Amino acid sequence: MAKRSFNKSALPTVLTYLGLAVGLVFAGFPILWMFFTSLKSNTEIFALPPRLLPDQFTSVAYLSIFNDPVKVRFFINSYLVAGVVTLLTLLIAILTAYGFSRYSFRFKNTLNVFIISTQTVPPITLLIPYFGMVVAFGIFDTYFALVLTYMVFTLPYAILLMTGYLNTLPKELDEAVLVDGGSSWTALWRVIVPLSVPGIVATAVYTFLLAWNEFLFALTLTKSMDMRTVPIGIELLMGQHAFEWNEMMAMSVLGSLPLLVLYLIAQRYFLAGMTAGSVKS
Amino acid sequence: MSSANEILMGTQAGTFKPRTRQRGMFSYKTKKRLVPFLYVAPAAVLFSLLMLFPMITVLRYSLMDGAIMKKNAVFVGLQNYVTIFSDPVFWQSVGQTLYFTVMSVIFHLLIGLAFALLLNTQRIDPTLRSILRVLFILPWLFTAVIIAIIWRLLLDPNGVVNSILIALHIVDFKVEWFSSTKTALHALTFANIWAGYPLYMVSLLAGLQGIPKELYEAAGIDGANEVQKFRYITIPQLMPIIISIALLDFIWTMQVFPLVWMTTGGGPIHSTEVLSTYTYKLAFSSYEFSLASASAICILIMSMSVTYFYIKHQKAR
Repeated sequence: MAKRSFNKSALPTVLTYLGLAVGLVFAGFPILWMFFTSLKSNTEIFALPPRLLPDQFTSVAYLSIFNDPVKVRFFINSYLVAGVVTLLTLLIAILTAYGFSRYSFRFKNTLNVFIISTQTVPPITLLIPYFGMVVAFGIFDTYFALVLTYMVFTLPYAILLMTGYLNTLPKELDEAVLVDGGSSWTALWRVIVPLSVPGIVATAVYTFLLAWNEFLFALTLTKSMDMRTVPIGIELLMGQHAFEWNEMMAMSVLGSLPLLVLYLIAQRYFLAGMTAGSVKS
Repeated sequence: MSSANEILMGTQAGTFKPRTRQRGMFSYKTKKRLVPFLYVAPAAVLFSLLMLFPMITVLRYSLMDGAIMKKNAVFVGLQNYVTIFSDPVFWQSVGQTLYFTVMSVIFHLLIGLAFALLLNTQRIDPTLRSILRVLFILPWLFTAVIIAIIWRLLLDPNGVVNSILIALHIVDFKVEWFSSTKTALHALTFANIWAGYPLYMVSLLAGLQGIPKELYEAAGIDGANEVQKFRYITIPQLMPIIISIALLDFIWTMQVFPLVWMTTGGGPIHSTEVLSTYTYKLAFSSYEFSLASASAICILIMSMSVTYFYIKHQKAR
């Protein structure tokens, strides 16, 4: 702490810390409550008076999830779908962003506005025709249905984030390759992509987050237990045993874990990328 | 499968036609002009197949009777819209969606701005600041389903919130937050406020760090106090960010589904029904896909009218 004169700056500092403490409780208490509930036995959930920490720490809720192949499958499905969506989204977004950032062409502006407005189309509006299409193409209740429909809402962000990032790289980089007789394709994969790792990481994390969290399409376009993802699994768990709170909280902790880990790893890139995307588009 | 192929071929032809028609043959120059289109083609095809085509389909459904369910559904004009508009639950859903959205946006902004200002002061230790920044972002990293069940646990009649409120003598009975028609919508809005402020906080924090220090120094020399600096420098400098984020948030919050579905399902007695749950139930509980499409078009029009301002604002910057 720096030196401070007694009257003038003590009060604002105290108020700042007070505000931060209130904020910490507001943001953190529900999450702590979730975490410690997952470590309680089910009889202890609504103990009076309520206690944050369990009397007896127990991993019974986690064990029952790991020992249930149906629940493990929810996680496998979520990782698989979100992983494939992230890879495909990145591939298409990099190509599109390169086109946007390095060339000017007819309809570029139209396409750009179209992509921005796609961000804001309500999922429920698309759901009804998707349901018809997915049934008609015979891909109802498959991974393919999820991957395909998820791309629609992951791509706009990915394209905007990647275009923003590629715009920061000087065009001379590509020109150097072209002068040496290389094609723009070579320039993209040999020069631009390796330089774009921070942008790609941010885009990948955000895409994974969107795909991992998706609820509406997964609820409607899949049906069998084999195809359900984690959010739907939690919903089903809630319907079946409405009172096994410890298990639902354990599911939630496990369901949030990949996002927390990814976020902590990619934090630096992520915040910069996110704000660039959402603020400037 | 044939229709899928047609769609694919159709859009591809649409993308490339103007180029090929002008040149006839693929000369070197034409090839060069085709290059950018090749880069954007995968995205253009995907968006045509999964965005343009479905939008036309849902519009068509909304003008038919018994879409999806009947083999030979007939066009009935605006009949479905008339039916929807004469349903009092539809208008109740519109009102509740707007209440939920407006309250969420206002409190997201106030809380996000307050936290951003607190984190931006020089009064706290930088290490502590970066730790707190991560902690304050946490609610944003949880999926809507998990937010829903966290708050169902906390706001359970026997839950911790009621225990605290009773101990403090703020209430004198176990409030059924999510199952009383009086409190359900407010409880739901509160849960959404908790989950949504970090986007504002992150963006405004970045905005605050981008305000040139010279502005504050100049104002200080002119004798401005802290309140005046906030009113005449901070707020105007942040305004473009505030408008962008608030418009996006407004659009997204209007479309809320999982949070409502997992806490109240729109009940009790439609007291938390929002447009998306209203539409979902029409489609997948009553199988009235035509009515649902009409309702979905209404949500689309509401979203698009806000989007119009959003794009205009983005272009102006």
